[in-house]
Amino acid sequence: MSGDSRASRAGLYSMRHDHIISAKQLSRADIEEVLDRAAEVAADPEAAADRHENTLLGLLFFEPSTRTKMSFTAAIKRLGGDVVDMGTVESSSVKKGESLADTVRVVEGYADALVLRHPSEGSAKMATEFVDVPLINGGDGAGQHPTQTLLDLYSIRESAGFDDLTIGIMGDLKYGRTVHSLAHALTNFDARQHFISPESLQLPRSVRYDLHEAGASIREHTELEPVLPELDVLYVTRIQRERFPDDSEYREVAGQYQIDSETLEAARDDLTVLHPLPRVDEIAHDLDDTEYAHYFQQAHNGVPVRMALLDLLLEGER
Amino acid sequence: MSDRELRVSKIRNGTVVDHIAAGQALNVLAILGIDADSGETVSVGMRVPSDRLGSKDIVKVEGRELSQDEVDVLSLIAPAATINIVREFDVVEKHRVERPSEVEGVLSCPNRHCITTSDEPVASRFDVLDDGIRCQYCDTIVRDDIAEQIDVP
Repeated sequence: MSGDSRASRAGLYSMRHDHIISAKQLSRADIEEVLDRAAEVAADPEAAADRHENTLLGLLFFEPSTRTKMSFTAAIKRLGGDVVDMGTVESSSVKKGESLADTVRVVEGYADALVLRHPSEGSAKMATEFVDVPLINGGDGAGQHPTQTLLDLYSIRESAGFDDLTIGIMGDLKYGRTVHSLAHALTNFDARQHFISPESLQLPRSVRYDLHEAGASIREHTELEPVLPELDVLYVTRIQRERFPDDSEYREVAGQYQIDSETLEAARDDLTVLHPLPRVDEIAHDLDDTEYAHYFQQAHNGVPVRMALLDLLLEGER
Repeated sequence: MSDRELRVSKIRNGTVVDHIAAGQALNVLAILGIDADSGETVSVGMRVPSDRLGSKDIVKVEGRELSQDEVDVLSLIAPAATINIVREFDVVEKHRVERPSEVEGVLSCPNRHCITTSDEPVASRFDVLDDGIRCQYCDTIVRDDIAEQIDVP
C-alpha cells in the first residue's frame, strides 16, 4: 500500500501505508508503533493537543455508528483538528443516487483524511482507488474493521499482554467484521486462537484460508465450556437476530453464547472479557462491575488509539 | 484431419479456441459474451476426439479476436486451451493460454454484498489461487464453480 507521493513521510512503519483498509496489511511492527504511540498519547494527552491544528477529518458513515464515529471525532478534536461530516445517508446526495466513488472524490476536496463506513464489503478498498488523501476503513459490511482491532489489541496488551496468549473469540464469527480483523492481526503474535460459535456462524472460508496460510494456531468449538479455563482473554461478539430465519431459532442459538458471573466461575481469575459493543444480552450486567469486565475501558481506548493512528497517518501531511 | 473427420468448418478471419476441456465450450462462449443475439458466425464442436485430451471442445468465431481479460478467464476453465488467430484461412498466431496471477472483469463476484456488484465504476478483480480465485475487494473465495461466475450481460 505504499505510494511514491508519500515516500518522503517521516516514521518507520505505518508511514508505508496511505490507507488503512484491512488488518491484513498491518505487520507486528505497524501495530506496535500505533499502540506505543497510543500509550504515549494516553499518558500525556496535552502533548498532542495542537499537533494537527487546522486538520479536517471527513466522516462518511453510510451506516449507523456510535463508538467509531464519536471516538474518531474526539480523536481529531483532541489533536487540534475538526471534522466535516456527511451526516446520515438520508440527508446526503447518496439519497439522490450518487455513487460512492463520486462521493469520496468530492469529499476528499474538503478534508485531509477520510473515515468511511459502508455496508458493502470491499467498499473502502474501492474508495481508495478514487482518492489521494489517507482513507481509513471504519467498517465495510461483514469485511474488516481495522481500527477496532487496533484498540482491541491495545486493550489486550494492557490487560493480558501478547506473550503466550490464549484467546477465545465467541459469537458471530461469520459476519463479524471485528472478528475477521482481530483474527488476522493476531497472526502477528504468539497467540492461540479458539473460535466459539454455532456451526452456522463459523469463520468464513476466506479468513480460515488466511489463518491457515499464516500458520496460525486455531481451534474451532461450538461450546465455550471446554475451552474457558484455558483462556487469558474472552472476546465476545453479538449474534444478530437478522442472521436467523426465525425468532425462536435465534433465541435458542443466541442463548448458548451468553455469559454471566456464574458462567465464569470456571474461568481463570485474571480472565479479561472484551466486547466491541454494542451488546444486547450476550454479557449479563452482573459482570460489569467485576474484574473480568474490560469492555468499557476497551471502548474508551478508542480515542487514544485513533489519535495515535491519525497522528501517524497525518504526520507526513504537515 | 481428413474431410470425413472434419466436424467444424474453417473460418476466414477470427479466432479458433481449441483444446477446450470437453463440456466447457458453452462457458467459453459465455466468456466471449456470445449468445444467440450477438450476431457473430460461430462454430462449436463438442466432445471431438483429441489425441491430447481424449475428447475436447472447439470454438471458432468469425471476425473476432479475444481480449487479454477474456483469455485470462478462459485459462481458468480451459487450462489446456490453445488460441489460434486466423486471417484469410491461415493460422497467423497460435499460443497456449497461461494461468495469470489475477483476472479482471468477465467474472462477477458471487458475494451480493461485494462493492463490485453494486452500481459503482469498478470492474471485478480476482487473485488466482492454486485451487480457485479470490475477490480482491471482499476476499470471497470461489473454488469449484468459477464458470458460474461468468458475467452474462
